[in-house]
Amino acid sequence: MQLNELTIKQARAKLDSGAISALELTEACLERIARADKDVHACLLVCADEARAAAQEADRRIQSGEKGSLLGIPYLCKDNIMVKGLATTAASRIIQDYVAPYDATVIKRLKRAGAVLLGKTNLDEFAHGVSTENSAYGPTRNPQNLSYVPGGSSGGSAAAVAAQMCLFAIGSDTGGSIRFPASFCGVCGLKPSYGRVSRFGLLSMTSSTDVIGPLTKTVEDGALVLEAIAGKDRHDATTAPEKTEDYALGIAELKNLNGLIIGWPKEYFIKELDSQVVARMKEAAERLRAAGAQLKEVSLPYTKYGVPVYYIITPSEISSNLARFDGIGWGLAKNEAGDLQEFYKSSRSAGFGPEAKRRIMLGTYALSAGYYDAYYKKAQAVRTLIIRDFAEAFKKVDLLLTPTAPHPAFKIGEHIDDPLTMYLEDIFMSGASLAGLPAISVPAGSVENKSGTPLPVGAQLIGPRLAEALVLKAAKVLE
Amino acid sequence: MAITKEEIEHIAELSRLELTAEEKEKFAGQLDSVLEYISQLNGVDTRNVEPTAQVSGLVDVWREDKALPWDRDEVNDALRQGELEDGQIKVKRVL
Repeated sequence: MQLNELTIKQARAKLDSGAISALELTEACLERIARADKDVHACLLVCADEARAAAQEADRRIQSGEKGSLLGIPYLCKDNIMVKGLATTAASRIIQDYVAPYDATVIKRLKRAGAVLLGKTNLDEFAHGVSTENSAYGPTRNPQNLSYVPGGSSGGSAAAVAAQMCLFAIGSDTGGSIRFPASFCGVCGLKPSYGRVSRFGLLSMTSSTDVIGPLTKTVEDGALVLEAIAGKDRHDATTAPEKTEDYALGIAELKNLNGLIIGWPKEYFIKELDSQVVARMKEAAERLRAAGAQLKEVSLPYTKYGVPVYYIITPSEISSNLARFDGIGWGLAKNEAGDLQEFYKSSRSAGFGPEAKRRIMLGTYALSAGYYDAYYKKAQAVRTLIIRDFAEAFKKVDLLLTPTAPHPAFKIGEHIDDPLTMYLEDIFMSGASLAGLPAISVPAGSVENKSGTPLPVGAQLIGPRLAEALVLKAAKVLE
Repeated sequence: MAITKEEIEHIAELSRLELTAEEKEKFAGQLDSVLEYISQLNGVDTRNVEPTAQVSGLVDVWREDKALPWDRDEVNDALRQGELEDGQIKVKRVL
């Protein structure tokens, strides 16, 4: 086994025993990136020199007897999160020359923990998409089969983990952007509860649902990363004051799931669902039952309104958040423009790609005079009903088991000109995002697509707010 | 409902975007199909339902109205990203 193929837990044991160094581990990842990323295109930037220096520093800390679950562990980070001194592009032309002046809180915490940043990963521009095809720097390919998309928007992070370029990766999830690519690439992707992880230094997309979380090779690794990045941050007033938990210990000490009730929400098992996906979910349910959990059918009647609500609220918040990209102070500036209005328009039109423009337009429309009540306010009210659905369900069950995606990965280019089809991909993920709940996608085996190609699919577990520990424990059983 | 060319131009104006004729046509069709899909929300009874703006579980997070000190080098790095004149961010004439 190559060093880059290790899980965090395996590497930890080898680093602590002195069998390997953080520098060797980092070199193995850098070599893997150099070899595989020509095809996969998961990385937008590789900072090899900085990574080597960080690995040597981690080796010094390990030699001095310091302990830490991520000390010397190499990782990649989605390029919509700021790392001081490195370009942060959000896969957009509008900030292609932007250099982050400070570290995001998650990066600061990972640096303190001694994790080694290898570089930045590709995404749909500003995280708008489900395929990573909306990147201004070209699509990422699915390492399981290069003709297919890796999912999105954290497609670079999911592909990098699946292709063994790093031990873990950081992504962001607004309506499924960690879970969806995790499902398509066959890795674990955890979306923490809204507010569990600081968003300070994350380029804002939908401020009311954006969350940062880990993509990992195992559930336990996800727990280790969450422990390092979770918690209150004075720079993000929406972070939860509740104490974080020892998420990995809960998994290590897990014996069974006796007494746990898992809900099977009938509205998630729609008739359009691939029958093989249903079969994989039934197998997942069986594993939970074998571990002692009880399964119970539940109803979340407002499920079908998740996507329409999401695609009003999200573009609305986007149109407001992306208003800051006006060519002044940073980013692309078309200085030859005559007056201020023309300057704004020419800078923004040259800088934003088609999907960003589409979402800005849609959001501006939904928030404009005469439509605000009909669209935005209506969506906010239905959002309340979706939240109540989950609250009612969690009176009867502890967790919910659903597919992450209705089918496996689709081909690159297959849906590129059909935004509505792309938006519908969020069908099983938008609910947990709108309600701010923790959710994980765990590999649930593979299914054959129409052309007989086997591709991975994920099972999703959704828990009550701040119940990450419980979600992770049950997810461990699904592995 | 079909979005007219005038509406697309109005939304583009509000969005501070300059669209090509081709973009206008393409976006009009795409926004139409998305809005038609979204219109299913009209069928949901939301009388007496309070709208939800955020799900942090927090209410009124206050801090003192005081600027916090920040690393000077980081502040300078942030300012250097745009066009400066005498240490001030330069903008086009407003009037």
